[in-house]
Amino acid sequence: MVDFTLWDILRNLLLAMRWTAALSAAAFVGGGLVGLALLLARVAGGRATRAAVSAYVQVFQGTPLLMQLFLAYFGLALLGVDVPAWLAAGAALTLYTSAYLAEIWRGCLEAVPRGQWEAADSLALSFSEKLRHVVGPQALRIGVPPTVGFLVQVIKGTALASVIGFIELTKAGTMITNATFRPFTVYACVALMYFVLCWPVSLASRRLERSLRRGR
Amino acid sequence: MAAESAAPIVDIRALRKRFGANEVLKGIDLGVGRGEVVAIIGRSGSGKSTLLRCINGLEEFQDGALQVDGRPLRHGDARAMRELRQHVGMIFQGFNLFPHLSVGRNVMLAPGLVKKRGVADCEAQARALLARVGLAEKFDAWPDQLSGGQQQRVAIARALAMQPSVMLCDEITSALDPELVGEVLRVVESLAEEGMTLLMVTHEMNFARKVSDRVVFMHAGRIHEMGPPARLFGEPRTPELRQFLASLH
Repeated sequence: MVDFTLWDILRNLLLAMRWTAALSAAAFVGGGLVGLALLLARVAGGRATRAAVSAYVQVFQGTPLLMQLFLAYFGLALLGVDVPAWLAAGAALTLYTSAYLAEIWRGCLEAVPRGQWEAADSLALSFSEKLRHVVGPQALRIGVPPTVGFLVQVIKGTALASVIGFIELTKAGTMITNATFRPFTVYACVALMYFVLCWPVSLASRRLERSLRRGR
Repeated sequence: MAAESAAPIVDIRALRKRFGANEVLKGIDLGVGRGEVVAIIGRSGSGKSTLLRCINGLEEFQDGALQVDGRPLRHGDARAMRELRQHVGMIFQGFNLFPHLSVGRNVMLAPGLVKKRGVADCEAQARALLARVGLAEKFDAWPDQLSGGQQQRVAIARALAMQPSVMLCDEITSALDPELVGEVLRVVESLAEEGMTLLMVTHEMNFARKVSDRVVFMHAGRIHEMGPPARLFGEPRTPELRQFLASLH
């Protein structure tokens, strides 16, 4: 029987961690952009647009991410579209993230007191000027902690992509366990690597919060 | 008393406003002359704040017409609203300064964005206006470092920066500690002396009596009684006004 050293385990996990990081980054960026578009559609759009965005958010918040991954992977395959696992995972996580971020950010906009909108109105600011110069900066400050909190959830949520065969950190951990029969060591290393990914994000959030405390 | 000159600067005709089934303004006719100072008094719920907020479009009305300086107020027409609001300044009970901007930037923001004035120009104007309200040294301070009275004076400077022809004051001293009311009222009084057209909803009856040319008493969504302050406070004609004035003492 082959002997695996701790370094063998770590090395292979580190290689897989790149995919967790890449998937998380894709979900952040894609989800952030789509989420921002949804938010703008919701605050500036008409009644029908608002209802459509609201329905979108409800669907993605009301179903498990696991099901969304299954549907993106197996559902599209059923329709004859052959989707690679990385694309299905990236797309599902982007949509999932966008729904939550749109809702979180809407809450932040609404947390800015009405008087701020009214003061900006009375100064003849246009809608986009109000968002950009008055309400947006204040919502941004409110929005950092919940946004980062959710992004940390997304990093951990990428583990679910393992069930559709995407080889990221968790999937790699399972495969290495099957080869080494040392589940405790392997999963302890996996957990440590998730922590290494998440912790800097939380740290950055605290620094960002501090620097936003006083708008410049 | 400044009589209503040829064309009123604020012209309100048969204005009606509903919140759902509840009609809060039941046909308001009011003309305000250039340079006139009008105090609006009445119980809470009489519609006085709502009337004021209709004048710059913060509230939509369902019926009637409203003009400021010859510009009709048209809801849903963003360009017309922007044009009209540049002529109407407003000061709020809760100050509503922008907390993420310094005092100077609060005053500079709107002229820079809306009137497209240069930064140096805006800054010079902001410094002059802050000096005028007695806060020259607070240009770089943050709103939350100021007392309520100082914040309200910054709010006045911010509104003046747009060079409005009409100023709306919505219970601007109601959120202030009693000892800070005077400093704000003195600034408002100086505006009145300089010929600014003022509409103010106020609970400061002594101030209304001293500064205003005309007092409007609102009751149940209508202008119930209107006239020069000496007449309105001295010899109220309707039982509702008499009762209202009696309740203040």
